[in-house]
Amino acid sequence: MAAKLARFYRRSEGARGLALMSPTMLVMLAALAAPLVLLALYSFWSQNGYALDTHFTLAQYQVSLGRAGYRALFLRSLAISSLVTVITVLLAYPMAYFVAFRVDKSKFVWLILLTIPFWTSYLLRVFAWKVILGYNGVINSGLMSLGLIRQPLEFLLYNPTAVVVTLAHAWAPFAILPIYVSLEKIDRSLLEAAADLGDGAVRRFFRVTLPLSLPGVIAAAVVIFVPTTGDYVTPSLVGGSNGMMIANIIEVQFDKVGNWPLGAALAMASMAAVGIMTLLFVTAMRAAAERIR
Amino acid sequence: MRRPGRRGRAGLLAYAISYLAFLYLPVLFLPLFSLNDSVFIAFPLSGFTTQWYAQMLADDAMLHALGNSLEVGTATALLSTVLGLLTAKALTQFRVPGGAALLVFTSLPLFIPDIVLGISLLILLNIANLPLSLLSVIAGHTLICVPFAITVLLSRLEGFDRSLEEASRDLGEDAWMSFWRVTFPLALPGIVSSLLLTFIVSFDEFLIAYFLAGNEATLPIYIWSQLRFPYKLPAVLALGAAILVASTLLVVFAEWLRSRGLESRKQFMVGA
Repeated sequence: MAAKLARFYRRSEGARGLALMSPTMLVMLAALAAPLVLLALYSFWSQNGYALDTHFTLAQYQVSLGRAGYRALFLRSLAISSLVTVITVLLAYPMAYFVAFRVDKSKFVWLILLTIPFWTSYLLRVFAWKVILGYNGVINSGLMSLGLIRQPLEFLLYNPTAVVVTLAHAWAPFAILPIYVSLEKIDRSLLEAAADLGDGAVRRFFRVTLPLSLPGVIAAAVVIFVPTTGDYVTPSLVGGSNGMMIANIIEVQFDKVGNWPLGAALAMASMAAVGIMTLLFVTAMRAAAERIR
Repeated sequence: MRRPGRRGRAGLLAYAISYLAFLYLPVLFLPLFSLNDSVFIAFPLSGFTTQWYAQMLADDAMLHALGNSLEVGTATALLSTVLGLLTAKALTQFRVPGGAALLVFTSLPLFIPDIVLGISLLILLNIANLPLSLLSVIAGHTLICVPFAITVLLSRLEGFDRSLEEASRDLGEDAWMSFWRVTFPLALPGIVSSLLLTFIVSFDEFLIAYFLAGNEATLPIYIWSQLRFPYKLPAVLALGAAILVASTLLVVFAEWLRSRGLESRKQFMVGA
């Protein structure tokens, strides 16, 4: 009887919790799940002039994956965001390490300084780089007025490198926080133990600190890699035609071209590619972490 | 534990400072050139002026977009904070079956590129035959702001002393009054912090709004449309600088509130 009552209570507790969450869940179902299902459906349809042909077809995927131009865009997007992820995480790690291990009293100030850019306008941060790298921009005019160059450098803007630099800057704040959190969680006595057992600073870092902070590194990498692959603003503003990414071509299908099914298929294919790469990466990192231990 | 060498310490500090410079310097060119007396965004600086700010404030299209952004941001902040509060309360107060999975589900928008969220909402509205308007932008922004609201409010409500609310119930208050008089005041710093942060995220968001706004423009959409005209860039710089300063102030205030809330709770728990 008592057990039955307890079970009933627990079940009703769960039910009360679910009831409290249900508005949020309904909104997420309506604004996230349903649209994504429709996106998937659309990718199996086709555009016939102004009309939508809802017969099941794989034609959009054949075009998405078959056309050399699209394939090149996929590969470039993945390459750019992989590079951005590696650079951002490598740059962020020492910074997060500094705040976690070397700052005592002013930790809060440092954390605020590192999170302000996280919340402020992404568009403006990208726009700043257009101003900096432009033909008549900050770098060129600065170097020219210093007399270091005679003509503006043309290789600064409108290429994949500009996209990588801009993305690495714009996404920097996203890498620091997860790494910082995992470093902060490390039990300091483990580090002392390693030191007592004769590990030098470098060895201790690679055997204790780094493996224990890997969850943060993995989280940072995923949180940067996944959205940057689909970035639209940066390649549009600083990429030029050689720095275009997959999101630019998806946008065109939904805007000027008006071929929504193809745009949907391109989006689905890029999400699948990103998903597979992320899964492989996370598995590989976990395996590596195991081996170090 | 062996202390790191002095040189290692200094090196890391130097790195941290240059990292901050990397984070902030590029953005500081916006306010710098917004005060420069030249249509060209280039060195050498030619003189001080506030004319770009005057030009920006005289632009009706800008003011209209600003009004739209304030509207969308306010509605988004209220909606996503209420939804976030319900979820955070449910997850911290009750043992919800599958709670962890539901939390992952609500954080999915952080891991899906904005362009995908934008086009799939566009498809949904199109199939449902709903017009594009500021309302659809609010829906899209609420979607991406709910994960932030939940995160901020969960950290505030976690470790929250349930016995306080139970005591209030035992003393005869109903569930609603207990929430209103006990939970709400304790969660207030988190709620304000969530309102401010979700407002800023919505206020600054471009791509989803770009797909869903129809004929209306939010401020980032307006900025985007101005970038094509070189002679309008100085005024855009002025606008950008103003937005950066305003959102920085809001973020600092929100983060200060959040951390102060956490501090006072710690003291309270230690004191008790």
